[in-house]
Amino acid sequence: MDIRRRHVLGASVFGVGAGVGAGLLAPRDPAPAPAALPDTSGLNGARLEPFHARHQAGVETIPPAHALFIGLDLEEETTARRAVSMLRLLTDDAAALTQGRAPLADPEPELTPQPARLTVTFGFGERLVALAGRRHVPDWLRPLEEFTIDRLEPERSRGDLLLQICGDDALAVAHAARMLLKDARAFAAVAWSRTAFRRAYGSDPTGTTQRNMFGQVDGTANPGPGSEDFARLVWGESTGRADPVFSARGEPPLDLGADHPAWLREGGTTLVLRDIAMDMETWDEADRPAREFAVGRDLASGAPLTGTDEHDVPDLTAVDARGLTRISPASHVARSRNEAKPEEQIFRRVYNYHGVPEASTAGTGPSGSRRVSTAGLMFASYQADIGRQFLPIQRRLGGMDLLNQWTTPIGSTVWAIPPGIADGDYIGSRLFEG
Amino acid sequence: MKTPTTTAPARTALAATAPTTTTRATSRAVAPGLGRALLTATAIGLSLGLAACGPTGSSAPGPSESGAADPTAGAAADPGGSETGDAAAEASDAAPLVWEDGWVKAAEEGMTGAFGTLRNPTDSELRITGAESAAAGSAELHETASDDGGSTMMQEKEGGFLVPAGGSLSLEPGGDHVMLMDLQEPILPGDEVTITLLTDGGEVETTVVAKEFTGAQEEYVQDHGH
Repeated sequence: MDIRRRHVLGASVFGVGAGVGAGLLAPRDPAPAPAALPDTSGLNGARLEPFHARHQAGVETIPPAHALFIGLDLEEETTARRAVSMLRLLTDDAAALTQGRAPLADPEPELTPQPARLTVTFGFGERLVALAGRRHVPDWLRPLEEFTIDRLEPERSRGDLLLQICGDDALAVAHAARMLLKDARAFAAVAWSRTAFRRAYGSDPTGTTQRNMFGQVDGTANPGPGSEDFARLVWGESTGRADPVFSARGEPPLDLGADHPAWLREGGTTLVLRDIAMDMETWDEADRPAREFAVGRDLASGAPLTGTDEHDVPDLTAVDARGLTRISPASHVARSRNEAKPEEQIFRRVYNYHGVPEASTAGTGPSGSRRVSTAGLMFASYQADIGRQFLPIQRRLGGMDLLNQWTTPIGSTVWAIPPGIADGDYIGSRLFEG
Repeated sequence: MKTPTTTAPARTALAATAPTTTTRATSRAVAPGLGRALLTATAIGLSLGLAACGPTGSSAPGPSESGAADPTAGAAADPGGSETGDAAAEASDAAPLVWEDGWVKAAEEGMTGAFGTLRNPTDSELRITGAESAAAGSAELHETASDDGGSTMMQEKEGGFLVPAGGSLSLEPGGDHVMLMDLQEPILPGDEVTITLLTDGGEVETTVVAKEFTGAQEEYVQDHGH
């Protein structure tokens, strides 16, 4: 049911695609390769995502093209009072920058009028929350249990404050990061960062499932923004809609936010952020059938091997002429789904990263060819309840997933995402003033 | 929640951080209108402080005034204020000055600058004659001037700042600014500092936030005594 609905959404609400499609088909010109059309929707630079809202932006927000994830360590002597000063400064910066205005003391105000859907999402780690009192720290706000596939680098697996800065304009993202970090540096030091990306604005119709560096569509099973599924699975609350429609995974329970501490309720959620290195060199050695077998999907369309369309529901029981399931039970699709438990769903808001190593340090892949990529995925998994939603999936994938032979988790952090705020307030106020 | 994106407004006010501007109540005569006065940031009357302090000779507010962010405390600390009641009532109708987007450069010790936009919504020119703050031993109004060699120096602004009727004056690094000297204790990033501007229309008290800032390092005119 919801699958169909998402198709409708894809064609109407995210109307850019429909417009472009119609434009391509309309001319009678028989030219085989239609020229790219100019952007007729207006400049993107001035587009804003609201900052003052029930939820922080950057979660349910359609992911912009660029992201910068930054983990910060609070200075040892930081007090609750100083943490509040920091959060006020950073909140004011974010409130201005995301709305196209220069924050106080911005030496480059010329870089602010084109935020291009800039968002700044704050995540709180255990130590920051504990400054307000240990009693406010939920038991899930700590490192995940160890998985056998993990090769975690300690410096990428820590932090007390997360800044997730997203936007369609890389220059606006960079400037926002500079302004935020200049205000943060009296209080905290950068532990790690990742600059990451999806397709550029305008390359695809808005709402198109992104592709990762392996070429796979990545996030097909996500709950759709604005849906009842999303509200329950990510915010742990209901939209209040009279006749909600649920995905083929079934109706998620209404109580997934039950474990939220008081300061996180009514608008907050949780984030598990996994930095997953992708071995492009060994992936290069895998031919197409092996790749599709591993993921359980057709690479071109993203359709499950039992279907024809990306959003077709995988049939994990369908067998081929030999009696073998057409989707391997060890494939990524099969391992990540639990049809019996609708709460075992997450919202993955992923971004790719890619770097080019210098020859002197690149090393070689298994077949002896020099590595040309340092690539991976910032796997940002939002869910109301880490224990009931994320962990069961991760345990299955950590135990067996054919994709694991090409992917390695090298960073892992867990964050509380405080609710959004009203104008004049600061992110985390309900924690520190509550 | 998928809120439709909207278009950025033309840049106007700089930031969401509206510094809180209040006026020091100098008279019980204005007490009935205090609520409105606070909201509209109306400057109230001539105070003893203005009468006693010139732009250069400002002494630090005494300890009893350090809590002047509370207007009632200010009133209590100003025993002579009731005598200026009539003047205060007049001024409150005519002379509001608003310090928008105010901030001060964080500093461990010594001196530092305060910046923002001074807006004069009245229909007559306003002169800023001095400044004071409990955070500083003294405060001055400075401008940045170029010398013959092309380098810029900070120096005290002769005659203070003029804010045109219905207009504004920018206080910014490399330009006019309020200089806080002889800091009483470190001003840390995120701290809030209350500064009183002395004007020919009364005093205006504003609380501004401290930001870490590595600019605003202009040299001083050598003979200025800093």
